[in-house]
Amino acid sequence: MINDKDSQKIVDYIQNFARKQSLFVMAYGTGCGAIEIPATMTSRYDAERFGIRGAATPRQADVLLITGYLATKTLKRVIRVYEQMQEPKYVIGFGSCTINGGMYFDSYNTINALEQYIPVDVYINGCMPRPESVISGFVKLQELIQQGKADNGKKYRENLEWYRTNQKKIIKNWKMPDYNW
Amino acid sequence: MEDLGLKIFGAILTTILGFTVGMTYGGIVRKLTARVQNRYGPPFYQNFLDLLKLQVKKTNIAHGFMGHMAPVWIIIAAVTVLLFIPILNGNLWFPNMSFHGDLIFLLYMMVFGSLGMALGAGQSGNPNSAIGVSRGLSQMVGFEIPFVLSLVALMIQYETTSVQELTQIQHETGVWNAISNPFAFLAALFASLGMFRYSPFDIVGAPAELASGPVSEFGGKYLGTMMSGGAIFAFIKLTLYVHLFLGGAGNPDNTGIIATLLGLGVLLIKTFTLYMVPVFYGWINPRYRTEQAIQYFWRWPTALGIIGVIWAVYS
Repeated sequence: MINDKDSQKIVDYIQNFARKQSLFVMAYGTGCGAIEIPATMTSRYDAERFGIRGAATPRQADVLLITGYLATKTLKRVIRVYEQMQEPKYVIGFGSCTINGGMYFDSYNTINALEQYIPVDVYINGCMPRPESVISGFVKLQELIQQGKADNGKKYRENLEWYRTNQKKIIKNWKMPDYNW
Repeated sequence: MEDLGLKIFGAILTTILGFTVGMTYGGIVRKLTARVQNRYGPPFYQNFLDLLKLQVKKTNIAHGFMGHMAPVWIIIAAVTVLLFIPILNGNLWFPNMSFHGDLIFLLYMMVFGSLGMALGAGQSGNPNSAIGVSRGLSQMVGFEIPFVLSLVALMIQYETTSVQELTQIQHETGVWNAISNPFAFLAALFASLGMFRYSPFDIVGAPAELASGPVSEFGGKYLGTMMSGGAIFAFIKLTLYVHLFLGGAGNPDNTGIIATLLGLGVLLIKTFTLYMVPVFYGWINPRYRTEQAIQYFWRWPTALGIIGVIWAVYS
């Protein structure tokens, strides 16, 4: 009965419900998007009613929130943070800069597409996205988690070669352990 | 009461009660804090969802032996201390070991969990953890002095160290220790501000400053277990305070079902009211620095504790 398919479904449903209702967010405040996070968390928009709260360290976090453009220098830190997070882990790309470079598309020291380097679950469009759209992005992520489709930690592990190749193209002085989570 | 099966059943019942009440109080405080900040706030059962999520999260890291043992130590200390304090005065369903433990033993055991946390955090090697541990131990040096002074006042006043007897005396005379020795009660109340680590005394976790302090390298099941231990500890401290100062709960002469439920209701009301003291104090205060926190405890609360001891000697 334990290995029954239906009972596994029930277990999955309960697990996914708990994961969806309690998202600890590691807000990696790069670029200008960080200014929207306090507005989202405080009294006007109150993201805590969805179970979203800030986590101080990557070990405790479920969601990595990349708020804006990523300089080539900070990409290294983002990869470190992402690999320190424990599965299941999700990434939200926040603002146009993470999608296609936004207004920094031809800059010499920012990356253009975030999903070339780490897998992204949900993108939130806008420059900058307002707190409403941030919350709608989180709700979208919650739907994906409930359906069991947000499994990008596994995707990252399986396609590690491809991601590493892309990351090493940007980070010339690669002095990190090759497998560090 | 000598029946072993009944004792085991009582122990399990006590653990479930302490865990549930502690977690629910935490959730209610989160909700109330949100309402005070003009937010809607999470549901009151949010802490249970957080715990469930943490328990189903995978953990692929190891920080050595003490890193694995720290949450275990905390939960062991929490359950042990919980079994040594009286939940209801002389009740059949919660007999546990409350007759054998005294206040001095409790004082030692309550530090055990913090010690496990300190060792585990030390082995994780994170500098934030080390700073958090040193702050936590400094703060403990601060609030333990008024706390111990108030307990010493009670011990001198009634010439006993047993929690059970102190509760029984209050039940027989009908006068709460909070009234018969108000200075000791005030000192203990001030010490409770530091014990619950709400602001202004949240210098250990220190969100946005220390990256959650000692627990910064613990996630998943480790953090979940620590959370449950902390919830049980909150219930322990509140129950101990109620039994020492606020007349306890439960009627030793009548241990029927209805009287037990009534006693539990009284216990919940008293503990919740007591819990609101550090929470209310926290809502209107920013965070102290470490030396300010220690100075805070070593001034008025300590003075009140000394007055309480003198009061106990000459009353």
